[in-house]
Amino acid sequence: MGFDLSAIACFIIAACVVAFLPGRWRGWALLIGASAAVYLLQPRLPIRFSDFILPTAALAFTVMAWWWTRAPDQRLQPEDGIAALLIIAVILSLSINRALPPEARFMPARPPELLALVVGILVCLLIGAALWGIMRGQAVAERMGGLIALLTLIFIVLKTEPWARALSGAWRGATGQDVALASALDLNWLGFSYLAFRLIHTLIDRRTGVLPALTLREYVTYALFPPAWVAGPIDRAERFAADLRALPTMRAWDADRFARGGARIAMGVFKKFVIADLLAVGVSLNSITAEQATTPLGMWALVYGYAFRLFFDFSGYSDIAIGIGILVGVQLPENFARPYLKSTITSFWQSWHKSLGAWARIYVFMPLTRGLLRRQRKPSAAVIVGIGHLATMTLIGLWHGVTVSFLIWGVWHALGLYAHKQWSDRTRVWVRGVQARPVRRRAWALWGWFLTFHFVALGWVWFALPDPAQSLRVIGRLFGVGW
Amino acid sequence: MTWAGLGRILLKTVALFVMCNLLFALTFPLEGVGRLSLYNTLLPGRDRLPYGENPTESYSLSLDNIPAMFASHRVSRPKAADEYRVIVIGDSGAWGWLLPPDQMVTAALNRQFSAATRPISAYNLAYPIQSLLKDRILLDEALRHDPDAIIWLVTLDAFPPAQQLYPPLVQRNADRARAVLARAQSPLDAADPRFVTPTTWDRTIIGARRALADVLRLQVYGVAWAITRVDQAISETAPTVQRDLSADEAWGDITTPRALTDADLSLELLIDGTRAAAEADAALVIVNEPIYISDGANADLRYNSWYPRWAYDSYRAVLAATCTDHALVCLDLWDVIPAREFTDSPVHLSAAGTHQLAGFLFETIEAQS
Repeated sequence: MGFDLSAIACFIIAACVVAFLPGRWRGWALLIGASAAVYLLQPRLPIRFSDFILPTAALAFTVMAWWWTRAPDQRLQPEDGIAALLIIAVILSLSINRALPPEARFMPARPPELLALVVGILVCLLIGAALWGIMRGQAVAERMGGLIALLTLIFIVLKTEPWARALSGAWRGATGQDVALASALDLNWLGFSYLAFRLIHTLIDRRTGVLPALTLREYVTYALFPPAWVAGPIDRAERFAADLRALPTMRAWDADRFARGGARIAMGVFKKFVIADLLAVGVSLNSITAEQATTPLGMWALVYGYAFRLFFDFSGYSDIAIGIGILVGVQLPENFARPYLKSTITSFWQSWHKSLGAWARIYVFMPLTRGLLRRQRKPSAAVIVGIGHLATMTLIGLWHGVTVSFLIWGVWHALGLYAHKQWSDRTRVWVRGVQARPVRRRAWALWGWFLTFHFVALGWVWFALPDPAQSLRVIGRLFGVGW
Repeated sequence: MTWAGLGRILLKTVALFVMCNLLFALTFPLEGVGRLSLYNTLLPGRDRLPYGENPTESYSLSLDNIPAMFASHRVSRPKAADEYRVIVIGDSGAWGWLLPPDQMVTAALNRQFSAATRPISAYNLAYPIQSLLKDRILLDEALRHDPDAIIWLVTLDAFPPAQQLYPPLVQRNADRARAVLARAQSPLDAADPRFVTPTTWDRTIIGARRALADVLRLQVYGVAWAITRVDQAISETAPTVQRDLSADEAWGDITTPRALTDADLSLELLIDGTRAAAEADAALVIVNEPIYISDGANADLRYNSWYPRWAYDSYRAVLAATCTDHALVCLDLWDVIPAREFTDSPVHLSAAGTHQLAGFLFETIEAQS
């Protein structure tokens, strides 16, 4: 059904139901809801059974990642067995969708026959067991590294258009469908990007020994938490688990929680479905409007429109996710903090998609710069920072898709962050002088905001248009060149 | 926050919402809302009335709120003291189907007026559906904008009585349509069930949400219009006009060739339109618009895929007689444009064809002004 208004309404109702359940049932209800939502949210795909297989694979990866990230002294509890059975029960019960008439189906996917499904689950378990058998003798670092590499490989294939199309072609061939119709869109695996980030976070944290012991129920609910499944935020497992563990004692009739959650959802719905959707239809840069604009002013309007559309769309989704989380007793992390009002590119990235930024900082920037600092012949601090920014922002860029445009967008921001770091390092004393005088301070902040906003807005040109040559043309036209 | 506080907020919200809906239903200010427009102030006015089957590509949409349609048009700008204002009404041919705004007939006219250094401005108020009643309703609204001359482009398929109530724009502007029918003493049924009369529920904000959303969307698409000057999604692979014709000689319900009579054509709407224009001190010229004349198979039976020869010839004779009998100013341009200048239908002209048509209209307007 996608994350549309009807899905949001369903989530709100489900969240209220969970909140009013007896305390000890709430966590289990969330597990069942999370397992089912992966299937319910997955859009229909043209390759036979793929819209059922991909969510099942998401569940399988999650369970496998939990198994591999268990603490060394963590013994299997009866609760884990119950959770596993519940997950399997959810998968099997969803197969009823197959038998329903089209108008009564509750999810887009049409599952395989029950017997095939049971066999499929058994095969998944066998593959998981075989992998575990192969890897269990390895060091923790290698085990985790193997799974991280596998998730990364899948991610790269899905995000690289020719490879995704090739995979789609192979899959179509296997199901006897027309290979000529293969498209990367066939593999629209909803939520996998965010799932991969969450699982990689737990795998790395297990490797470094930071991850606390989590039950299967806690782990699966964390990885697949429905409100954050489509567009984040990317929470941290230990923080999420703390909220889950507090659920049994949560007051069901807490007016403050409902007021906060409701207000947040209303705000998100307004941002996403009113402002962002209106901007999307009225004024937003894309490869068609970029060619239709007739003046530089019009082109700027398209760029501004796109910038605000992206913000309201994304932050609207985050608000809705956070609001539903509040209703159910889970406080998801904030994802946006007025990013377009920031006066430096560094503070912009500390307030735009904060959870992704934090993830990239913790798992890419810091390990990389630390590693460079530990080298015997370590590069200069400026080079280390430059490499760190380049790697981090390139990764964030390519996370959106392995294309030249996203690569350039990542490099654009890496250069911005690097330049700002060098500038602020060299002008610290001078800026301190400016800050001491209120009028100059305000003027400087205003100039900083103007520069930052337009740097970000111009960056969106690379992001919005799939053809870098067209992006370059648009940037030229914004400044009156190339009309 | 307590439950009592939350309850109070919800109660006030619901009460306010109900009150707003009741007030809206009592006053039903949909037309007034339509007149509130960003066009001609923050946004440039459109060059033709909004119409679009695919708004996300055309940055235009079809809506039923006539004041909103006109408010979005540049005709709603104040008229200059020395301006001689010419309004063009008609169907999709006059509207400029498959033509960008700078190639439609009024744009071609304005270029010619400009070259002749005449302070004459032509405005395109055509709308892409064939119905004289639809034209007549739009003419009434157009007369509020102080035209000096009106060019009314018509073709046979706009005349049948059965065609008059067909357009949704007519059905959903029942009061306007009924006023025209009464004034023209038309035999068409003013109580036709196709007319949409809003119920009390339809008059609330919730009931009228689609109409309100359309007005809002029209404003939003105005930004895209201002940036791109696109108001129609023009496909590069539009179908070409049908050259080889069927041997069928039927026209509408009439299967056997015969002479058309007044009863077959809603001429009273044409006559009343001229009268209404005269009362508003505007000259009205009825133009039988050019049609595609095929030289393909069965061209001896039909002019084109729409019109068998007998029906069209008969129509022209009736129209000419009506013009004479009622002293209407008429111009028959049915065969002035070569066949190669038609695009996807027997009345849709290419840019070059439109330019030629504008040349004929230019002479007529010059004579009128």
